[in-house]
Amino acid sequence: MTTEVSARVTLAVARRVLLQLRRDRRTLAMLLVLPCAIIALLRWMFSAQTGSGFQGLAPALLALIPFVVMFLVTSVTTLRERTSGTLERLLAMPLGKADFLFGYALAFGAVAAVQSALAVGVSIWWLGLHVAGPTWLLLVVAVLDAVLGTALGLLVSAFARTEFQAVQFMPALVIPQMLLCGLFIHRDQLPGFLHAISNCLPLSYAVDAMTAVSTRTNPGVGGDLAVVAGFTVAALVLGALTLRRRTA
Amino acid sequence: MTTSPIAVAGLGVVRGRVTALDDVSFEVPAGQVVGLLGPSGCGKSTLMRSIVGVQKITSGSVSVLGEPAGSASLRSRIGYVTQAASVYEDLTVAENLRFFAAVLGVSAQRVEECVVLVDLARQRNQLVGRLSGGQRSRVSLAVALLGDPTVLVLDEPTVGLDPVLRRDLWATFHRLADAGATVLVSSHVMDEATRCDRLLVLRDGRLLVDQTPSALLESTGAHDVEAAFLAIVEAAS
Repeated sequence: MTTEVSARVTLAVARRVLLQLRRDRRTLAMLLVLPCAIIALLRWMFSAQTGSGFQGLAPALLALIPFVVMFLVTSVTTLRERTSGTLERLLAMPLGKADFLFGYALAFGAVAAVQSALAVGVSIWWLGLHVAGPTWLLLVVAVLDAVLGTALGLLVSAFARTEFQAVQFMPALVIPQMLLCGLFIHRDQLPGFLHAISNCLPLSYAVDAMTAVSTRTNPGVGGDLAVVAGFTVAALVLGALTLRRRTA
Repeated sequence: MTTSPIAVAGLGVVRGRVTALDDVSFEVPAGQVVGLLGPSGCGKSTLMRSIVGVQKITSGSVSVLGEPAGSASLRSRIGYVTQAASVYEDLTVAENLRFFAAVLGVSAQRVEECVVLVDLARQRNQLVGRLSGGQRSRVSLAVALLGDPTVLVLDEPTVGLDPVLRRDLWATFHRLADAGATVLVSSHVMDEATRCDRLLVLRDGRLLVDQTPSALLESTGAHDVEAAFLAIVEAAS
């Protein structure tokens, strides 16, 4: 495995991915507008109710959306790169696998930052979400979630032959995490076995961090973020193993 | 250690249960345009992939520029064009070339040279997805030329091109070879054989011919390469 990273090549990959995304206006519009619209829908749902339903769910959703969206976008884009032969061409060039992976993570991380900034802004200033902790920390958590989604998307693209299969990994890998992450039932109220499973899933920590930032003035989310970052690194390393320079 | 730019010895490749290549051996000298001919499915692409170093091989050895095929140091010295145009359809011709140039670390000047070399100057700002099949494969060829490679491996680069352009591309291949490069070009069209300095003919994963075009015609007494191919196949069976 090539481990050296070249800033020139990594940036070239990131710039190219962003350029492709800019060409696809519809995807770009959906990436930026959809999260805001979903949060607004959630606010509307609770508008006729008293209590803190929106306040309780919105932070989890802010963690969930960038993760899901980036997972989907990355798995399809990388699969395209694998099937079109451009990946094979790149791997036959002086390109480190890390350059390729970091380039993607950088590009989609940047998109996620913009996406989350919009969604967080809309939630706080328009929909009246109250955030007890620092707002910037909310953004940091959202971007880390997005990069985790990107890393997992890169990994699963190796196990799909078609875009159709790639999209099916979403329900397989993401929905169980959504159910167990504390969005529907507090994680400590889950049956013991499921609680143990939820302790092994990255999204649980992402949602925990998001909830902590929105409810506590001094949230200690270092541990949660370290777990999310750890899963991201593990997925990237496994993803690098699936980038084969030589195939049968 | 051999001095030939490409040296293949006893190469065997088994893909799944199919023997794609069986005991193939040859050497290619520098400064030549070598045609790799044979019907579809005979193993041409597998042989080219083995030389580029992206194919897992079962037996034998492949060395390029004195190093085992696939060595990291070879990656900037080999230009490889696959059958399908491996370029980004949602980027323009120039954007594609600038990206691959950044990966290879070559100048913007070289991008312009390569655009002209494959005759796509007028299309440089068009999206690749909007180009014709022939134009797309020329974008792919331009990418392979970017790094000024010492060894150029081209998998059917002239399929579906108009005769004028085909002639021009072959002239380009010969110019590159005259400058010292080794150019390996595959084709399933036998009449392209006469444009090569040397011929390798493959059938069912075995190397049938390793000769100059004129020597091939002379030894078989055939008028064209197609007839020579038939004569050899019949003699072998």
